[in-house]
Amino acid sequence: MAGLLDVKNIETYYDLVYAIRGASFSVEEGSITAILGNNGAGKSTILKTVMGLIEDQPDKGSIEFDGVPIQHQDTDAIVRKGIAYVPEGREIFKELTVHEHLLMGAYTRKDRSGIKEDIETVFQYFPVLRARVNQWAGTLSGGEQQMLAIGRALMLKPRLLILDEPSLGLSPILVREIFAIIKEINKSGTTILLVEQNANMALSISSTGLILENGRFVMKGRSEDLREDKDVKEFYLGIKSETSAKGYQRWKRKKAWR
Amino acid sequence: MTDLIQMIVSGIATGSSYALMGLAMVIIYKTSEVPNFAQGEMALISSFFAMMLLTSFNLNVYLAFSLAFLFAAVLGCFLEFAVLRRAKEPNVLGMIVITIGIEMVILGVVSWKFGAEQKTMPFPIDPYDSLFIGDIFLKKLDILTLVSALGLMVVLFMFFRFSKLGLAMKATQQNSVAARIVGVRTNRILMVTWGISSLVGAVAGLLISPTIMHPYMMWDPMLKGFAAAVMGGMTSLPGAVVAAYMLGIIENLFGGYISIEFKTVVAFVIIVAVLCFKPSGLFARHYVKKV
Ligand SMILES: Nc1ncnc2c1ncn2[C@@H]1O[C@H](COP(=O)(O)OP(=O)(O)OP(=O)(O)O)[C@@H](O)[C@H]1O
Ligand SMILES: [Mg+2]
Repeated sequence: MAGLLDVKNIETYYDLVYAIRGASFSVEEGSITAILGNNGAGKSTILKTVMGLIEDQPDKGSIEFDGVPIQHQDTDAIVRKGIAYVPEGREIFKELTVHEHLLMGAYTRKDRSGIKEDIETVFQYFPVLRARVNQWAGTLSGGEQQMLAIGRALMLKPRLLILDEPSLGLSPILVREIFAIIKEINKSGTTILLVEQNANMALSISSTGLILENGRFVMKGRSEDLREDKDVKEFYLGIKSETSAKGYQRWKRKKAWR
Repeated sequence: MTDLIQMIVSGIATGSSYALMGLAMVIIYKTSEVPNFAQGEMALISSFFAMMLLTSFNLNVYLAFSLAFLFAAVLGCFLEFAVLRRAKEPNVLGMIVITIGIEMVILGVVSWKFGAEQKTMPFPIDPYDSLFIGDIFLKKLDILTLVSALGLMVVLFMFFRFSKLGLAMKATQQNSVAARIVGVRTNRILMVTWGISSLVGAVAGLLISPTIMHPYMMWDPMLKGFAAAVMGGMTSLPGAVVAAYMLGIIENLFGGYISIEFKTVVAFVIIVAVLCFKPSGLFARHYVKKV
């Protein structure tokens, strides 16, 4: 049951901070997999660990892409295997134009004509970018920058697209739009791993959901099942089931997850 | 009148070596945001390397200079790889101190190996060979330096504007994490940058050394080149070059009409003035962060 991405028991430290405490998961080829969790749970850390962005990490465990170990490789080597990453907070090049960003997204590719076509595809997903093609990215709005970051990642023609909170700071309409586009990208054959605070949206487009707490996964399942789960409803979807008479039951249930 | 024109012409001539050093500093600053204070000494040792090939190995000038350029490029790459990259969690201040350290080491090596006495480099163009246009004289070597400075400026400008590697260099400077996640080997980019920059500096060194050669010969051009780079906004190649010529000319006029003793100080008065009135440099075209 090897997936496209298999993460087994990874542990990640930031110096002395023990951030990921033995996490395992697998992303099936062709799926949309969502990781949910509260602030500081370690979601971004997991993605950074996969991308090789944290020096000398993971401390323990293995990460395999398409059956080949990729842990402890340089980020550029991991990218070259076909993993594109849209980091939290966009990380754009402020003084490069939109067009230059898309060229940078295709940095590892050699096929010039293919690159031209794919720039066109990105413009079809995000028509605003076409209108801003020669504008410096630093002068784009937050939402436009997010689209640019996704567009840049698509230029790699990745097999796996990793997105860290694509909805961050976007208006509700734009969130819906971005999620629709993510779904479309997935339909065109790209596997997607998604980290989100917007649990409702994430569970509605994903097939598998994972819930992370304090550096460990506490729940895994089909997204539609998670959406019906009592605890998930209460803690992540913000739907209160009947209020318990005393607060302790909630405490107990949370405790049992760890 | 002739005096004035002559002074401006000589100012342009000195400005050319400032321009070359300024270009060299801008290249490194563009990718790593570090002002490289070892720039002058890297050019120095490359010049002495050429001298050694010429005198001890009796190589032909062109071969010796080509090898010196190669040496300069390799030296730049080596310093980035072996020294700067070793800095754990580097910050700009630490990096500056490292470049000053490199400067002192090279200066020590050159003084020890070649001695402190003045020399001149044998060169196909005699440094005092001049052309006369009316009453104005132009040294042929200065013309060569001018052409090299402008030529390199154009080539480098085109390189950063139009080549893929140039784009990757700009990207690396602006956001190295983002550069890594699109697959840029940022370490290698930095190394290449140091190589190119060292090469440009060596052009300055080799063009100065037919006139005078001693361990401190690069101090003045390096500091003035740095001043020009700062005036030009630190990331602008044409900016650094224009500022270098301004410095060269103003300095020469000041020396001619006001005070020869304070001639070199003028450059720094100008920098202070520029930094007071336009801190981002005269020619910077920077995106200013919206608050
Ligand atoms: N560079 C760092 N150095 C030290 N500790 C860090 C660093 N980055 C993150 N951490 C810690 O690791 C833990 C997990 O952080 P992470 O950014 O992965 O959380 P997250 O789940 O992505 O949260 P959010 O939803 O707010 O983005 C946090 O406790 C955080 O304080
Ligand atoms: Mg995060």
